Amino acid sequence: MSSITGIQDEIVSEFDILGDDRESTIFYIMELGGNLPDFPAAEQKDENLIKGCQSKVWLIANEENGKVRYLADSNTDITKGLISLLIRVLDNRTPEEILSADLNFIERIGMGNLIGSQRSNGLAAMIKQMKLYALAFQTKLNA
Amino acid sequence: MRFDINEIRGLFPVLHQEVHGRPLIYFDNAATTQKPIGVIEALTNYYELDNSNIHRGAHTLADRATRYYEATRDAVRDFIKAKESAEIIFTKGTTESINLVAKTFGKKFIGKDDEILISTMEHHSNIVPWQMLCEEKGANLKVIPISDEGEIIWEEFENLLSPRTKLVSIVHASNALGTINPVEKMIEAAHAVGAKVLLDGAQSTSHLEIDVQGLDCDFLVFSAHKLYGPTGLGVLYGKRELLEAMPPFLGGGEMIKEVTFEKTTYNEIPFKFEAGTPNIADVIAFKEALAFINSLGKSQIKKHEDELLAYANELTKDIKGFIPVGTASNKVSVLSFTINGMHPFDVGQMLDARGIAVRTGHHCTQPLMQRFGIEGTVRASFAVYNTKTEIENLAEGIAKIARIKNK
Repeated sequence: MSSITGIQDEIVSEFDILGDDRESTIFYIMELGGNLPDFPAAEQKDENLIKGCQSKVWLIANEENGKVRYLADSNTDITKGLISLLIRVLDNRTPEEILSADLNFIERIGMGNLIGSQRSNGLAAMIKQMKLYALAFQTKLNA
Repeated sequence: MRFDINEIRGLFPVLHQEVHGRPLIYFDNAATTQKPIGVIEALTNYYELDNSNIHRGAHTLADRATRYYEATRDAVRDFIKAKESAEIIFTKGTTESINLVAKTFGKKFIGKDDEILISTMEHHSNIVPWQMLCEEKGANLKVIPISDEGEIIWEEFENLLSPRTKLVSIVHASNALGTINPVEKMIEAAHAVGAKVLLDGAQSTSHLEIDVQGLDCDFLVFSAHKLYGPTGLGVLYGKRELLEAMPPFLGGGEMIKEVTFEKTTYNEIPFKFEAGTPNIADVIAFKEALAFINSLGKSQIKKHEDELLAYANELTKDIKGFIPVGTASNKVSVLSFTINGMHPFDVGQMLDARGIAVRTGHHCTQPLMQRFGIEGTVRASFAVYNTKTEIENLAEGIAKIARIKNK
């Protein structure tokens, strides 16, 4: 598996291919959402909702062999696409890698301008929640 | 002014720009309309030439600002065919106008076990103030049900009316669906049981001829910014005898006749309800918005908007996955819809990528959305400056988006 930096570079080059065509870029983000693994229906409960998102985003995390495994879902396709990008970068990594990750791909693909301020705030909330899970597992593993 | 769409568009500077490399198509008019150059210039002129606090000033600028301010009051009187200018109160907007009535008329005339009647399609601003009032007074809020088409069910309305009904507060045209309610008949029926009627004209005043004396409504509320005028300004019309009987809303300057530490006597209407320095600049500029509407006439405006809505209905009706919400026979120019399998917010963002501005979500009508069993809709609302080409572009965008989930 590529490094966090390597995967971010991959994502940036994929978005580069789409160029300035905003419509195609948004369609592409929606398509990415379709690749998210199935989310257990039983976990679609309020305590798994991320606070600070306008649309509904459920996120759960488990620890497997010292690595964090994320599962997420949303009621909107664009949001699903966004979280699928985050999972692609951060899933199956050690808590240390996740906590020290600099997620520069978001700025490099101009995501803020693409999705607007409301969704950017939501995206920041998702990252915060993913890092919080990593911190919790780090504490647990070091205990 | 004859109806020349290019000439009309020429009056609106904001329309002539690109969004994401495409010409802006502004279909969020039910949220707020754009402003003609006359309004923008009036605002600038006021600050450049006339800025002064109004009423009681002994100097020339104060006198001029006062005259212009009061001239708008007269223009509003004519616009809604009120009997006299004193019946026109300036507020911050529709929401404040409704709250004013709830806090003053409500304070004096609503008591325990009285009933206030609203409909399922009300905006939150015509729900929450009444809930607050009912809670305070031990009164009851009753809700008129609507049909699947988004129309008031007349029999249900009649059944809800009783001598306990003290107020019917009803939206003239629905912001989320576009439905025009049969308010003339409703006012008559409400008066027959002794109830007063407040008409929420936020979405109707820019499209329909309004004659408060003909309608015989007791209150009419609306916002300037949905009428090609400035933001932060609203109107409350009330019949003189009611406004006079109502206690003041806010206390302060302007609304008093005489103040001693023992007792204050209140000013005459409309000043009794306009405490503090009002929104002078926006009131003055609003006159230009009314002049713009009057120059075309509501019938020409409505005809154009009806054509746009009919065209939009025609172009979207066969799109697979397109679900219209609100199909009343009598509507203002609102196309509210969902797309099967898609979240309205996503649809809105994809339309934005084409330079098309629409509104998505519950439109501050959550109970109405619950009635239809949906979370929200996408709403395209048309105004006088929109064109058939823009409608074609919208329909093309909707078709392309709908195909993603409806092959």
